[in-house]
Amino acid sequence: MKKLFAIALLLAASMPAVCVPPAMPHYRFENFTTANGLPDNHVFSVLVDGDRIWAGTENGLAVYENHAWKTYTTKDGLAHRAVLSLALDSRTGDVWAGTMGGLSRISGGRIDSYTQLTSGLSNDVVYGVSVEGENVWVATAAGGCRLNTRTGQWSLYNERNTPMVEIWTYGVSATPGKVYYAVWGSGVLEFDQKTARWDKYEDPDGENEIVLFKDQGLIHEIVTSVSYIDNILWAATYFGASRYDGRYWHNFLTKDSGLPSNFINSIKGVDASHAWFCTDKGLAYYDGVNWAVYRPALKDGKPEMTVRDAQGKVTPATVSSAPAHNYILGIDFQGSDIWVATAKGLSHGIRQKQ
Amino acid sequence: MRLQGKSQVHRVNGSKAVAALMAAIAAVLFALALWPALNPPAHADEDDNAVLPRQITYDSPLEVVVSQDGARLYVLCQQSETVRVFDAATFAPVKTIAVGRVPRGIALSASGDRLFVTNSWDDTLSVIDTQTLAVVATWSVGAEPSGVVEDRTGDRLFVANRISNDVAVLDAHTGVEQKRLLAGRGASYLTMSPDGSRIYCTHVYPNPSPHRSAPESEITVIDSKRAIVLDRIPLHAIAGVFHLAFSADGRLGAVAEYHPKNLVPLAHLEHSGAFAYTLTLFGTDVGAPVEIPLDEIERYASQPFGVAFSPDNSRIYVTIGGSECVLAIDVPRLLRFIRANPRPASGSFARDLAASANYIVARIPVGHNPRGLSFNRDGRRLFVANRLEDTISVIDTRTNRVAASIPLTEPHATSVKRWGERTFYSARFSFQGQISCSSCHIDSSFDGLTWDLEPDGFGRDIVDNRLIEDLKGTEPFKWTGTNPDIPTECGPRTEKYFWRSEQYDDLTLADLALYIRSLPPRPNRWRLPGYELTPAQGRGKAIFERASDKFGKPVPEGNRCSFCHSGNKGTSQKSFEVGTRKPTDNTGLFDTPQLTNIALTAPYLHDGSASTLEEIWTVYNPEDKHGRTNDLTKDELNDLIEYLRTR
Repeated sequence: MKKLFAIALLLAASMPAVCVPPAMPHYRFENFTTANGLPDNHVFSVLVDGDRIWAGTENGLAVYENHAWKTYTTKDGLAHRAVLSLALDSRTGDVWAGTMGGLSRISGGRIDSYTQLTSGLSNDVVYGVSVEGENVWVATAAGGCRLNTRTGQWSLYNERNTPMVEIWTYGVSATPGKVYYAVWGSGVLEFDQKTARWDKYEDPDGENEIVLFKDQGLIHEIVTSVSYIDNILWAATYFGASRYDGRYWHNFLTKDSGLPSNFINSIKGVDASHAWFCTDKGLAYYDGVNWAVYRPALKDGKPEMTVRDAQGKVTPATVSSAPAHNYILGIDFQGSDIWVATAKGLSHGIRQKQ
Repeated sequence: MRLQGKSQVHRVNGSKAVAALMAAIAAVLFALALWPALNPPAHADEDDNAVLPRQITYDSPLEVVVSQDGARLYVLCQQSETVRVFDAATFAPVKTIAVGRVPRGIALSASGDRLFVTNSWDDTLSVIDTQTLAVVATWSVGAEPSGVVEDRTGDRLFVANRISNDVAVLDAHTGVEQKRLLAGRGASYLTMSPDGSRIYCTHVYPNPSPHRSAPESEITVIDSKRAIVLDRIPLHAIAGVFHLAFSADGRLGAVAEYHPKNLVPLAHLEHSGAFAYTLTLFGTDVGAPVEIPLDEIERYASQPFGVAFSPDNSRIYVTIGGSECVLAIDVPRLLRFIRANPRPASGSFARDLAASANYIVARIPVGHNPRGLSFNRDGRRLFVANRLEDTISVIDTRTNRVAASIPLTEPHATSVKRWGERTFYSARFSFQGQISCSSCHIDSSFDGLTWDLEPDGFGRDIVDNRLIEDLKGTEPFKWTGTNPDIPTECGPRTEKYFWRSEQYDDLTLADLALYIRSLPPRPNRWRLPGYELTPAQGRGKAIFERASDKFGKPVPEGNRCSFCHSGNKGTSQKSFEVGTRKPTDNTGLFDTPQLTNIALTAPYLHDGSASTLEEIWTVYNPEDKHGRTNDLTKDELNDLIEYLRTR
C-alpha cells in the first residue's frame, strides 16, 4: 500500500514536468522596415554595438541610435550598397562591413573601403567578415583573406595554399586560437593560429544527399556559416547543421531536431551548448536539449512560437509578435534581447519575463 | 704624344720657365681668390664637414614645454636628439638629456613627474623622470611616433604614429601597447581637451580622396576614457594639419593648417595663388567649425605650426614657420568677426584676405622657422622654439615683443647645409612670402597632393609630388626628366614660375641644393633587420626580377620591373613610355621614379592617378606596358607589393 502511494506521489510530482513545455525565452518583437526608417527591407546582416544597432541592407548600411536611423551609402564611401556581413572590433569600436563591392571599415563616422582593384582584397564579393585582434578575416567569392591592420599586409587563402577545393567562402569565424571558414561546396576549413596550419572538415558522404551514419562528420559540403565559441564549432549548411567539439560531431536535421528547416542561412553560437539558427522557415533557438522556433506562421503569417522538448514533443506558445519574416538571415545579441535580420525587415526581440 | 709634350717642357729655357712659373702662381692665387665666388662650397664638396672644420650639430629646437610648477623649461631638440632643460625664470641651463633618433613629440605626464619624448626614427618613446632628469625607460611604439599625451588618470598614453596613420594606446605604467586607433594620414599631433575627456589628433598628409578632387583632412576625436574614436571633424580642402589648442574653458578650439589650391594651375601667386594658411575654429563659441585666414592682403602667414591660447583666453598665438614670426590674435575680436559676418556655405573665410585685419593684432618677428610654443604659468611669457635659429624667443605678451632670446648652443658658424635648410623653409623668396619648398615638401618630405604647374601649360601635365629623401643618384628630376640636377630643378624655373620673385643668388641656390641632396631616407618599416625578406617579400622579389612569365614566355628585358627600376634606389635614371599617358599629358615619356620608401608616398604614377600601389597594375596597366603583370594572380600581385614596400 505504501509502495503504491509512493508511486502515485511520484507520478503526481512528475506530471507538471511531463505536461509543461520547457521554459524557453519569449520575446516581444518590434519590427523595423522602410516604413520606420530602414533604407531597405532586405536585411542581410545585423550587428549589436552597445546601444547602437547596425543593419546591413540591400540599400546601404543603417545604424540605429537614440531611436533614429542613419544610413551610410556609397556616397559616404561605402564599398557597395548591398551590405552582406558585419563585424565589430570591440577594442577600437570600428565596424567592418562586407559588401557586394568590397570591404568597408567604419571608424568614427569615416568609411575607408578596400576593393580588389585598390587593395589586396581577393574579391569584391565579401560574404563574411570577422575581427580577431589586429587581423580582419574576410570570406569572399574568391577565397579567404586576412588583413593585418597594423602592417597593412594582405594574406590570401585559396586553392593554392589551403586544402580548399572550391574558393567560394561564405562565412568566417576568427578567434585567437582557431579560424574557421564556411566554404560553399568544400566543407569547413580550419586554421590553427599557433601552428599556422590548415585542416579541412568535409561531409563523409561526399556530395551525396544522404547520411549513411548519423553524426559521422560534417552534415554537408555546402557550408553557409560558421560560429566558433567556447572551443565548439557550430556549422550551418543548406542541408542541416553541425556541432563539433574537436572530437565528436553532432548533426541537426529537421527530422531529428527542432530545426524548422535544413536550409540554414546563418548560425550563431551563444556558448558551447546554446545556439541560434537562421533558416528559411524561421528563427530557431537550441538550449542544448530543447528547441524554440519564432516566426510568422507559414500558413497564415500569424505570430508563432513553438517549443520542442527533449522527447520531440512540440508545443505552441502564446505570443503576440514574431520576427518580420520567416526568411532569417542573421542574428546578434543585446544583453538578453536579440536583433534579427530578415528578408523583410529587421526585428528587435525584447526578452519577456515568464 | 704625352711623352713628346713632356720633352717639349724640358726644352723650355730657364728665363721662360721662371716667367711661366710666376704666371702660373699668379693664376693659382687669382683663382683661389675668386674661388668662393665662382665655386660655392656646396659645389666644392657635398660633405658638410669638408666645408667646416668640425662637425656641427645644431640643436634644432622643435617643441617647448613648461613644467607644471612653471620652474623649468623643457626644449625638444630634434637634431641634437636631446631634451634641453632650462630654468624658466633665469633661462640658465640645467641639464641636457639624450633621447632617441629624430625626436618629434614631447609631453608631461598628468602628474608632471614624467616627461615623454617620441623618437620618430627609432620608433621608441623615452620616459624621463622630471626629478632626476634621467631617462628611466624606453618603450617601443608604432611607426614614426610623433605626438604624445597621457590621460588624466595616468593610466593610458596615446601616441600618434605618422607612418602607420594611427594612434597607439599604451599602458602608461608599463608601455605595453593595447591597441591602435585609426587616425588621419600622417597622424602627428595630439591635444587633450581641458576637461580631459577627449583627445584630438591631427595629421600632416591628406586622407585619400578621388584623383584631382579637393584634399580632405580631419581632426580625429578620441574618447580618452574608452580609448575609441568618437568622431572625426572634417577639414575640407585642407592638407597639412599641425598643432591644435583649446581655450582654457574648452569652449573654443583652434588648429593650424594649410589650405592648398592645387586644383588650379600654380600660376598666380600674385592673385592668391598656391596656398591659404588658416586656422579652423571649432567648439561652442563658434558652433559649426569655421576656417579663418591668417594671411594678409600683401603678406602671407606661410606655414602655421604651433597654436597656444593665453591662459585668460584673450589671445591665440600662432607660430608661422615660413614667415619667421608669431601672430597674435585677439579672441574677442575674432569671435565678433565670425558672428558679424555671414558665414560662407563652405564654412571658410580663407578667400578673404582682408579678414585677418579684424583679429590679428600683432606680427612678432622671431628666429628662423619658429615651431612649438608654450606659455609660462601666468601667461606673461611665451616661449617660442626657433628651429633653424637654435634659440628660444621669449615674448612678453603684454607688449607682444621679444623680450629675450635663449641661445641653445654656443655661437658658431652657420654651415652651408644650415643655410640651405633655412632657404628650404623660408617663404621670404616668394611673392608676398607665400610659399617655400616646405609648403609642399612638409618636413622635407612630400604632401600627398597632385599639382598643375604652369610651365607645362594650364591644365597640362598634372604631376604627383614626390618624396625628396635620398635623391643623390636619382637624377634627372621632374616627371618628364628634363631637369638634369637639383640646381636646375630648384633654380630659375622655380623662381620664375613658383616664387614670382627675384632669383636666388648663386650661393643661396648652391646651399639649397646641398641641403636637399643631404636629406637621408627615413628607416624603412617593412624591411626586416639584416635585409632579410619574409616569404611574401621573397616571392615578390622574384616577380620583380623575373625573366619569364607564368606561361614560360620570356619577359623582354625592358618589360621587367627590375630593368627600369634598377639599382639600389630603384631607378635607371632614364625615361620610358609605360602606357600611362593621359589626355592632359604633353608626353608619354616619363622619368623612372626611385622606389625609396615607396609605400609611404601615395598616390602613384606621374599624375597621381593611381590611389594605391595596386591600382598601378589593376587599373593602369591594361596592356602590360608598365611591366608584365597581367599574368599574375591576385596573391602574386600582393607579394610584389609586399616586396616594393621594403624598398
